[in-house]
Amino acid sequence: MAAGQANRLPRGGRIDRSRPLRFSFDGKSYAGYAGDTLASALLANGVSLLGRSFKLRRPRGIVGGGAEEPNAVMQVGEGAAARPNLLATQVELEPGLAARATRGWPSTRFDIGAALDSFGRILGAGFYYKTFKYPRAWWKLYEHFIRRAAGFGKAPDSPDPDRYEHRNAHCDVLVAGGGPAGLMAALTAARAGARVILADDDVEFGGSLLAGGDAIDGAPAMDWVAGAVAELREMPDCRLLSRGTVFGYHDHNFLTIVQRCVQEADAAAQGPARRPVAERLWRVRAKRVVLAQGAFERPLVFCNNDRPGVMLASAVSGYIHRHAVLPGRRAVVFTNNDSAYRTAIDLAGAGAEVAAIVDSRPGGAGAIGQRVKELGIPVLAGHVVSDVSGRRRVRGAGIARWTGEPWSAVEITLRIDCDLLAVSGGFSPAVHLHSQAGGKLEWDESQLCFLPGEARQPHDSAGAGNGKLSLGDCLADGLRAGKAAVEALGLNPPEIEIPATNESPAAPIKALWRVPAAKDADRCPKQFIDFQNDTTVADIRLAVREGYRNVEHVKRYTALGFGTDQGKLGNINGMAVLAETLGKPIPEVGTTTFRPAYTPVRFGAGAGESVGALYDPVRKTALHQWHEAAGAPMEVVGQWHRPRYFPRNGEDLHAAVARECLAVRNSVGIMDASTLGKIDVRGPDAVNFLERVYTHNVDRMKPGRCAYGILLGEDGMVMDDGVMARLAEDRFYLTTTTGGAAQVLDWLEKWLQTEWPELEVWLTSLTEQFSTLAVAGPNSRALLEKLGCDIPLDRESFPFMHVRTANLAGMPVSLFRVSFSGELAFEINIASGLAPDLWRKLMDVGREFELTPYGTETMHVLRAEKGFVIVGQDTDGSVTPVDLGMNWLLSKEKDFLGKRSLARPDCLRADRKQLVGLLSRAGCTVIPEGAQLIERTGQRAPVPMCGHVTSSYHSASLGHPIALALVAGGRGRRGETLFAAPPGREPIAVEIVSPAFYDPKGGRQHV
Amino acid sequence: MLLIECPWCGPRAETEFSYGGEAGIPRPADPDALSDAEWADYLFYRSNPRGAHRELWNHAQGCRRWFVVERDTVTNRIAGSFRLDETVPVPASAAEKQPEQGD
Ligand SMILES: [Zn+2]
Repeated sequence: MAAGQANRLPRGGRIDRSRPLRFSFDGKSYAGYAGDTLASALLANGVSLLGRSFKLRRPRGIVGGGAEEPNAVMQVGEGAAARPNLLATQVELEPGLAARATRGWPSTRFDIGAALDSFGRILGAGFYYKTFKYPRAWWKLYEHFIRRAAGFGKAPDSPDPDRYEHRNAHCDVLVAGGGPAGLMAALTAARAGARVILADDDVEFGGSLLAGGDAIDGAPAMDWVAGAVAELREMPDCRLLSRGTVFGYHDHNFLTIVQRCVQEADAAAQGPARRPVAERLWRVRAKRVVLAQGAFERPLVFCNNDRPGVMLASAVSGYIHRHAVLPGRRAVVFTNNDSAYRTAIDLAGAGAEVAAIVDSRPGGAGAIGQRVKELGIPVLAGHVVSDVSGRRRVRGAGIARWTGEPWSAVEITLRIDCDLLAVSGGFSPAVHLHSQAGGKLEWDESQLCFLPGEARQPHDSAGAGNGKLSLGDCLADGLRAGKAAVEALGLNPPEIEIPATNESPAAPIKALWRVPAAKDADRCPKQFIDFQNDTTVADIRLAVREGYRNVEHVKRYTALGFGTDQGKLGNINGMAVLAETLGKPIPEVGTTTFRPAYTPVRFGAGAGESVGALYDPVRKTALHQWHEAAGAPMEVVGQWHRPRYFPRNGEDLHAAVARECLAVRNSVGIMDASTLGKIDVRGPDAVNFLERVYTHNVDRMKPGRCAYGILLGEDGMVMDDGVMARLAEDRFYLTTTTGGAAQVLDWLEKWLQTEWPELEVWLTSLTEQFSTLAVAGPNSRALLEKLGCDIPLDRESFPFMHVRTANLAGMPVSLFRVSFSGELAFEINIASGLAPDLWRKLMDVGREFELTPYGTETMHVLRAEKGFVIVGQDTDGSVTPVDLGMNWLLSKEKDFLGKRSLARPDCLRADRKQLVGLLSRAGCTVIPEGAQLIERTGQRAPVPMCGHVTSSYHSASLGHPIALALVAGGRGRRGETLFAAPPGREPIAVEIVSPAFYDPKGGRQHV
Repeated sequence: MLLIECPWCGPRAETEFSYGGEAGIPRPADPDALSDAEWADYLFYRSNPRGAHRELWNHAQGCRRWFVVERDTVTNRIAGSFRLDETVPVPASAAEKQPEQGD
């Protein structure tokens, strides 16, 4: 026996005694073995007090052996890699593992909050709703108190260093759960030639067989498991995922599995350079699903049933057989069914004294009762354990005779000393995934549990999860489900014989939802239903007295089934007590809804590789490298990275933007406008089509013409804008906003495909294929001429709002005489591959004109000086072209999308918000964008608002700040004074003016 | 995540598609002839049924084609996908609707 591991059995178990290892719990060092869980290692070391309960801070120990464990919630690891809220029963022991109980505050052994237990009455159901209510100003304080006291794990405060990945998979049959039924189903499907994925959340396959001394075909059951697993591993189309929890069952047989990866193996496979994957999220689309996740044993509900040392009988058997750990020396077994008799036999076999089996059924057990008798274990049939003594550890069981009356008081007539109380209240099939998939649940009165009923998706349940509790039934049911799955797939099911088992028939379970106490249920010591959330029988009865009837409401009021538990341990007992209190049958009370995730899933697993640089795709223009080399800070627009400004000699944003603006106004500037959406429209019906979607008269445009165009939604609101160029009779070229490119293309396609399929028009996105270099300023023409252009660029030959194809510096380009700055300007469209070369040549030749590259910020200022809107900044989806003063764009001679809506009464209101310019009265204040506009200062809140600022900049060209705003009835209010009211600042007096601040007649762009 | 059959590309994951709302709502031939109420009916009002629902989907990350899917809004079961130029069969009858489900 290893030093310190007082509860470790000298032989047996599936632990590796050749690999001893050390770990720590709450700062203290302990010894364990490879193959232990944190829970089994703690039990081996005799650590029975693991934490304090959520609300009442009662001492708690390990109850279960798997996902149902309510108490042993751990924080594992330190610093950034710390993982909160892991169940000790599911944590594989690793060398150096450091764990802390997440519930103790400030320590597990001494807990200030334990004093709260004495005030149990004020911490009853609805405690939080009732206590932390008034006064409102104290809410923040209450929250702090509740969070401190709740004591759940601490989230790491720096980025998770672990690596995660996602994998997609498809299969014919996904089997969730690798116990006897799951293995049988997987074998059946795999032998039929189906592609199979078998996932089990445990380290090893075998399920309940790992925990018991079962025999199959006359040999240890685990031999059969080993054979089945070996056969499945040999199959080419079978994937076995151990440590893989199927935690989500979504629509159309899409399931999610989180797999804890064995770090060493992964590290070896991938080389030392890369951190190994910690967890892998499988996204599986399965044709058929077999759910074989087994059943959870239910605790029994009696006074002080939460004391450390009260454990589920099946968990006790599991620790003995699997981990060679004996959790107690002198045990009492308390049950209402036959299964716990095996635990008594297991305990006796491991050398413990079984003081008694207390069986609530007057008739006791079936055939297994005889075996127990032969071992000399006393059986008290028709008795219950009504109360236990001991605080940090069970010291004894108080036993009473019971007649079977649900709420009758009983008298404790016998006390038996014990340090372990193994309980079994029957089994609840793990119907979580079945329920997530939309399947119904049906109450089975003979087995006292909900069984999976009609399925909504192509899935089936098998084994204990389907109410088949004996091993033989499990194997047969797995075979049945496997055959059904392959038959549904059109495959031939193989001939498989059901392996032989040696079980004797069991006596039926008898309902015992709440063990009677010496006093009535509201005055007796606490009878816990949900250990994790400290929900008691009295809480549920109180909720009913206060008027709660619906199970979902009672759940929320009492916190039953919250937290990691999600109804695994206490749900059925809670619903049964509720039903009893309401005087209704259990199926009428119904169950609460099961939702993903089945067990807690780390955020990192959900994110996978999509973190940091891989969070979102980055789109870069062909000129990106030049911008980076020039030191331009980038602005993210959609997924595009665009240069915001080009600082020189340590300039800040404002200095750089002022310089860039003046360069455009006085000489010439150049901007990379490649991110504009570009759509090629061609076909004999192109004009007809564009007439229907754009507001202006498209058919009047001759080839070579450009026009500013807007797109409206059918609701009449501005959706996008851009330049339309007619390249030929049957060919157009559209630009869209940077962010709207994909949306516009989809929108156009939708109309073309769904509404007007008779039109012969084809749409092609050219956004990536062409780059756009905007050259703007009075010297832009001279610059292009100097560079060498094969067409005349003078005003007569190439007027404003026209398009030409040309050769520029020997490269084929399209030139658009359009302007977003109000200056003489050319937008050069060139194949993206040639763009960097052209840009460099422009910069070379441009030195003579002090050609100045400018970014998005200068572009914004220049257009605002002209009163040009940016869709999405100056508009917000509730703005019509009329609101923007664009009536001139709306054709009266045709219909177009959204036109009818402009005549809706709401669009005709005189007080609609309209685009205006604003000047601050003081002359020097840049009004914050987004500031609300009010009529007068000095009003009491809530102050009516009459508009808001949409764009605001300092204009270097004008020498003062300017702003655009949407103001109710604004166009008719020129010259009036409003106040911009940014939060936390003095109101700023502003004057309503025309939005066209600079060159309002537009002469400069026409030269 | 739904598995949607694109009539051109075959079954694909929902993430490849974008949703286009209720299908079979033709744009009025002469919007100006409609009253405000009639126009609002076209613009804003949708049937939002409990059960079989004809809806438009676009294979946005695939062939970019719009098509019609008949989906049960309770169970998400898909009865079929149809090209816009196909004659779409009569929708699933109310009798086939799923009984009430919890959520
Ligand atoms: Zn497609």
